[in-house]
Amino acid sequence: MTHGISRRIAIMTGAASSAFWGVFPVRAFAETIRRRLPWAAQVSDRPSHIDGRPGYIFLGASEAAFIEAAAARLIPSDATGPGALEAGVPRFIDRQLAGAYGGGDHFYLQAPFPKGLPTQGWQMESPAQVYRAAIPAIDRWSVETYGRTFAVLDPPTQDEALKAFESGKAQLKGAPDSKVFFALLLQNVIEGYFSDPLYGGNREMGPWRMIGFPGARYDLRPFVSRYGEPYTLPPVDLSERQA
Amino acid sequence: MAEPLVDVVLVGFGWTGSIMAEVLTAAGLNVLAFERGGWRNTANDFAVSFDQDELRYMWRHHLFQNVAHTTLTFRNKQDQVALPMRRLGSFLPGSGVGGGGVHWNGQVWRFLPSDFQARSHNLDRYGTDVLNATDMTIQDYPVTYAELEPYYDRFEYLCGVSGKAGNLSGKIQPGGNPFEGARSREYPNPPLKMTYGPSLFGHAASNVGYHPFPHPAANMSRAYTNPLGVQLAQCTYCGFCEKFGCGNDSKSSPQTTILPVLMPRPNFKLRTYCEVMRVERTRDGRHATGVSYIDENGELSFQPASIVILSAFTLENVRLMLLSGIGPPYDPRSGNGTVGKNYSYQIVSSVNVFYDDKITNPFIGAGALGMIIDDFNGDNFDHRGLGFIGGGYLGALNTGARPIETHPVPDKVPKWGAEFKRAVAANYLKTVPIVTHGSVMSHRGNFVDLDPTWRDARGRPLLRMTFDFTENEHRMSDFLTDKAAEIGRAMGGREIRVNKRSGSYDIAPYQTTHTTGGAIMGSDPKTSAINRYLQSWDVPNVFVAGASAFPQNAGYNPMGTVAALSYLSADAIISQYLKSPGPLVPA
Repeated sequence: MTHGISRRIAIMTGAASSAFWGVFPVRAFAETIRRRLPWAAQVSDRPSHIDGRPGYIFLGASEAAFIEAAAARLIPSDATGPGALEAGVPRFIDRQLAGAYGGGDHFYLQAPFPKGLPTQGWQMESPAQVYRAAIPAIDRWSVETYGRTFAVLDPPTQDEALKAFESGKAQLKGAPDSKVFFALLLQNVIEGYFSDPLYGGNREMGPWRMIGFPGARYDLRPFVSRYGEPYTLPPVDLSERQA
Repeated sequence: MAEPLVDVVLVGFGWTGSIMAEVLTAAGLNVLAFERGGWRNTANDFAVSFDQDELRYMWRHHLFQNVAHTTLTFRNKQDQVALPMRRLGSFLPGSGVGGGGVHWNGQVWRFLPSDFQARSHNLDRYGTDVLNATDMTIQDYPVTYAELEPYYDRFEYLCGVSGKAGNLSGKIQPGGNPFEGARSREYPNPPLKMTYGPSLFGHAASNVGYHPFPHPAANMSRAYTNPLGVQLAQCTYCGFCEKFGCGNDSKSSPQTTILPVLMPRPNFKLRTYCEVMRVERTRDGRHATGVSYIDENGELSFQPASIVILSAFTLENVRLMLLSGIGPPYDPRSGNGTVGKNYSYQIVSSVNVFYDDKITNPFIGAGALGMIIDDFNGDNFDHRGLGFIGGGYLGALNTGARPIETHPVPDKVPKWGAEFKRAVAANYLKTVPIVTHGSVMSHRGNFVDLDPTWRDARGRPLLRMTFDFTENEHRMSDFLTDKAAEIGRAMGGREIRVNKRSGSYDIAPYQTTHTTGGAIMGSDPKTSAINRYLQSWDVPNVFVAGASAFPQNAGYNPMGTVAALSYLSADAIISQYLKSPGPLVPA
């Protein structure tokens, strides 16, 4: 009754799997589930702690210098609350770029990479590759424009440079569009600032305390109807609650 | 490698697959569901001890479809070159058992009765001008609200929806939505307790002269046992629904409403980590023989089936039809063909209200917790002179102000630096978000087809989306945003911020996962891919369930209607198709 299936099997398994399968780790095996509601003892899809060793894993010295300097301007330290540096954002970014996100595990990364329209979104390689290409290009641009690399500029000049990236006025050579990179960097800085401390940023939940977010508090029922009253319990994070 | 014949194969095991499987196995059919992702349950996969993780679930897409494996290509217009959506953004389909039903908000709506007659109703009332101006290709549904009412009811009771009826058998009820179609009975659960921000919105909307009511929510206002005997717990308002699994079994999902009953049934089987490659057909193409599928090891097999039901995400349903040659592909130049036609979406905007003197604690939330007005949805208002048709609801929702995503600042505050940080710290606890959720009509140039260039990890063509908002949508959205701003100002805050939706559709920022169309239902095989029972006109033992059936999008979240249509279809398979397999509607 069916036609052509065996030929298609040959085509698909031959062409498709050899080209792609090496890239994707096989996470699980196909399973037939019958007459049961599966549940597994002592197994859960909990997140992992980051590599706790001191220092950076992904970022080289000049890359780290840029990330630290830029993060310090994007969320500066002041009386309002911790800055990105005190919150551990550079380390967060380092661990993210060293891990699955940096490698683009949830990105479609088939070449080629033509420049798209602004409405077509991400048209670059993995986040790690983007950072690796962008930071030296930013430093080259900074030397051409200001005579020094970004990290050693004075803060007002750093702000001026960041605005040139934000608006896309800075033309980076051999690297992603400065505006696109800036948006990525700012997003990652905010992620590091406000994500669970498990990932290396939001140290001691300082940023959560600053804004009044209670973190992973699981039951907020007692406070639903207390209109206008401050929430009084301190924030909790995932590891603290698991402890 | 052939497997034993089954009565029904389901392709995709989210909400529609679970609904279909439950009804069809209860009728005694042997059902086998395929799911490209893995098994997922509350205790192992999104327990309370780790599910409140904004970075992992929202920003690293842990529960979503992984585009590294399968994505689509996108362009706004036909004269542009489509490029792959390399990163998920605008919409967030699920993957794995439960599909998007695991990480949805639980916003359960019924469409308006007039939404089902979108073409004839609007033509009657407003004439042809608006429809012609933007090449609209809207169509009537081949079913009415009245026909779907029992099925809407069934889904609402399955899910234990918390809400307040506004129209019981034609009688308008205080506190509910006075614009809704008639309901046969009250919601199964009372509304959620209302948080401060939405209550401020409700008072202001009422003072301005509108009709606020609580958003219907598949988040439990109290412990609930559904008609299948499955129990859900009272919601704890933790604010992690949307993009997250619920660790407390307080949000309806296939896991919390159907699977405990379905999975043990002897006539049901589930195959995980198996992806259906295509529907196979007889030589004459008129009958499906089953599906070919591939497992994680790349092994391809054939599964014979008497009935094939596509119950994957909207876009994947359409791609499988195109890859399998089921129905004629749509051609936007001639307007002929049906598969891929009338792809549609929704258009959203927002207004933030900032207070100096009111602590609103916006992190206290649930996926569908809020106060809404429906005065400007569908045809609930007179569109004469407005230059558009359609509409949407708007309201204040406290879905949980997770701070990476939600840290609103007033107008003209920079996006970074000391001033930004001060503004975030000063305003986070003192804001109320108002959102608008607008319909998108279908237009001749908005469609999906197979991309000529780009391939997925299996070597198959990606779906290509060609889509943009038209003048109709922009006018409508601006109108809704103005209304939101009007209420926002009446809420008595220090200031408001208006975030209009302008320009072309952009696939990068998250908007809504309500993609629709491409395999639309209708009463004529020349203009629709499936009939009123979701049955393919061309291959009558193939059924296609999902929002892919919508001829155009309405101003409501789609799941209630998707579920109602699935129940209608499953009932028709049992009561009509099994007795006489073949077309249930003469072509």
